[in-house]
Amino acid sequence: MPDSPALEIRGLVKRYDGRAVVDGLDLVAQPGQVTAVLGPNGAGKTTTIECCEGLRQADEGSVRVLGHDPLLDAVELRPRVGVMLQDGGLPTGIRAQDMLAHVARMYADPRDLGELTERLGLGSFGRTTVRRLSGGQRQRLALAAAIVGRPELVFLDEPSAGMDPQSRHAVWDLVRELRDEGVAVVLTTHLMDEAEDLADHVAIVDQGRVIAQGSVRDLVSDGDDRTLRLDAAPGLELGAAVGDGLVVTEPSPGSYVVVGAVGPTTVAALTAWLAARDVLANRLTVGRRTLEDVFLDLTGRELR
Amino acid sequence: MSATHAGAAPAWRRVLAQTDFEARAILRNGEQLLVTIIVPVLVLIGLTRVDVLDIDTDGMSPIDFFTPGVLALAVMTSSFTSQAIASAFDRRNGVLRLLSTTPLGRGGLLAGKVAGVLVVGTVQVLVIGLTAVLLGWRPDAVGVLLAIVAMLLGASAFTSLALLVAGTLRAEAVLAVANLALLLLALVGGVIVPASRLPGPLEHIALLLPSGALGEAMRQAFQHGTLPAWSVVVLVGWTAALGWGAARLFRWH
Repeated sequence: MPDSPALEIRGLVKRYDGRAVVDGLDLVAQPGQVTAVLGPNGAGKTTTIECCEGLRQADEGSVRVLGHDPLLDAVELRPRVGVMLQDGGLPTGIRAQDMLAHVARMYADPRDLGELTERLGLGSFGRTTVRRLSGGQRQRLALAAAIVGRPELVFLDEPSAGMDPQSRHAVWDLVRELRDEGVAVVLTTHLMDEAEDLADHVAIVDQGRVIAQGSVRDLVSDGDDRTLRLDAAPGLELGAAVGDGLVVTEPSPGSYVVVGAVGPTTVAALTAWLAARDVLANRLTVGRRTLEDVFLDLTGRELR
Repeated sequence: MSATHAGAAPAWRRVLAQTDFEARAILRNGEQLLVTIIVPVLVLIGLTRVDVLDIDTDGMSPIDFFTPGVLALAVMTSSFTSQAIASAFDRRNGVLRLLSTTPLGRGGLLAGKVAGVLVVGTVQVLVIGLTAVLLGWRPDAVGVLLAIVAMLLGASAFTSLALLVAGTLRAEAVLAVANLALLLLALVGGVIVPASRLPGPLEHIALLLPSGALGEAMRQAFQHGTLPAWSVVVLVGWTAALGWGAARLFRWH
């Protein structure tokens, strides 16, 4: 079945105590792609993933995993789907290397443990009990357990939570490699850079629904709009310098943001205006909107 | 579990791996080892070498009188206390959920747990039995065979209870309940002290409990070479009721 999706969710609804945590969610993930489910805490990301892993039963809607029902066809799916839970799910009283070896024994042809250990830097703590591992070390071990059985589809629930930058990059490299091998990777995250760097397809989820989706490029492009950021002395009247059609704000004193059709003449006019007043720009950048801008525009800025 | 996908190890190997994993987890853990092996051995030595309980032994030597009850106690420690606590913490830490997403599945996980209990139970019986033999115990073959049947029935009932408790209560509550229940049943549940020696209505209550039924079955097996039908009925009944409850009420999250 070429080109059939690895994961297809239609109208998924899941309620806890009558309250819909997932409320009509649609999502498709393709083989050989990284699909990021991005959303604030409590948006329904983990519940959605758990319905796909056969850990929870959907109240409404349909979930097809590799063309199968995650609950009815669990025996067929378990060897083909890898899972990394958000809370790890690692037994605490056992050595890291024994945990990985145990999970590997469930598969007919598991990955080479030595190579996996090397790739994820598990060797330095292989003989340490899970209880005494750091958060990032546990995450790496849980990732190794998720992929040791050569899955066709992996669910990674916040894979780089609690990781230092080195671990994160090791994990990201591995995720890209899985994708290149044709594996469908579905990950949840609330880290913008993770979604931006890794994902071929991003679904922004809020209040149990997908409110926007597409490639990162699709999501951030908004016509010719660009953003210019300038750090200089506070209190400057930049509106006069850049002319009409552009919106200037000063979110914090001395830090300015210009949004609109920013072009070469805008930058020239701005620097000339500053030079005439003997003001030095400490920093000046021009760029497109970031995924974070899009995310905050869509999900709001209030804390929850 | 007959439909094995190409990517999965054969079912017997998965269950064997989980059995090994469960048994090691208990035998490697200091507290679990204390509860399942060391405490029963100390109880056996204490009861037979020191006059802790002033009790009429029906003309038997203390070792003949007490060993069946200590073996029954040992079955309870491994199949109930130790299993309940281990499963409760594995449930809280997401271990049960993670393993159930691997080819092992929920069925394999349960099978591995039950088999793990049997492995630990075998180690217990060997250690305690050999200690008793060193102290002068001489069981006959019929008694041993009937006792094995009784211990399997007892382990089924108490494993069902362990899973019911572990699947419905918070891990910390399970820790308290499992230890307290073991202590109460050991003292007045008809395990070590025969139900017939318990005061008042406790005698009848104890015979209805899985602890009393197991203790009684063990004593009858070793001391009289019979398996009391009443004990078998009680243990099978408890297994059915508790197993049904565990299957219905067990919460994986």
